[in-house]
Amino acid sequence: MSDTPTPPSSPKAPARFDAAQAGEFFFRGGHPGWLGLRYSDSGENWVELELPWREDLLGEPHSSVLASGPIVSLMDMASGMSIWQTTAAFVPVATLDLRVDYQRPAREGASVFGRVECYRTTRSAAFVRGVAHDGDITDPVAHVAGVFMTIGKDPRQKADMNG
Amino acid sequence: MADTPPSDHLPAYARSLGIAIDRLENELPVLTVDFGPNVEGRPGAFHGGATAGLLENAGYAALRTVLLKEGRDPILKPINITVQYLSAGKQKQTYALGRITRLGRRNANVWVEAWQDNRERPIATAVMNILMA
Repeated sequence: MSDTPTPPSSPKAPARFDAAQAGEFFFRGGHPGWLGLRYSDSGENWVELELPWREDLLGEPHSSVLASGPIVSLMDMASGMSIWQTTAAFVPVATLDLRVDYQRPAREGASVFGRVECYRTTRSAAFVRGVAHDGDITDPVAHVAGVFMTIGKDPRQKADMNG
Repeated sequence: MADTPPSDHLPAYARSLGIAIDRLENELPVLTVDFGPNVEGRPGAFHGGATAGLLENAGYAALRTVLLKEGRDPILKPINITVQYLSAGKQKQTYALGRITRLGRRNANVWVEAWQDNRERPIATAVMNILMA
């Protein structure tokens, strides 16, 4: 299925990517499942996910704030899903570069929400930006920027059987 | 050669993910994590977030080691991290080692590299700016 060369800008892909539905599948296992990620909200070109607070995700021995690692995972996952939300199709992507700027620690016991928008796609690349917040999006925990590549097929080459 | 420090000094998040200290290299800790469901993203490959988690922990561990040697034990706070993904993390043991590029009084710049079976072909690198309070 994912071998079908769907151009990222294809406006009318047959089965539209549904972030809420895809979340149920993505968060069932693997690293996102282990983190306990949940679907929160989405728009035309953005997806928001929730990372619930959990004691074994803390970063410093004597504090109750989430480690920054799980926040990178949250933003990476929300980034990928924002790309599929924007292109309307599930095209496998790989993270090239992801940058997270931490403004402040997340509040103790609070879920962290990662809202990422895909603001530009080309044939091979997708550009994303977003914020992590703990309830009030105007007071972010972190800002994020990233670049992803579509994988599996070189769009410059003619599609052949095995990709 | 110095003894490898116990992995129970690592943060809760690191231990929970399965990260451990593998050995010391030039007195700096090499962190490692085995492939498993906890770190899996695309089927059969590391999740980018898990790779970032390993890099980040290796960065903190390297900085902490250097600071302790200087008799300093500050609280470390992240300013930012930039991760470069170079190739897919396969179903293999993965290692990471940080190097302190600059150590100041208030902040440090740390460079981290992660690799699998070929040290010459890193799967990801990161640059971190860390505040010391």
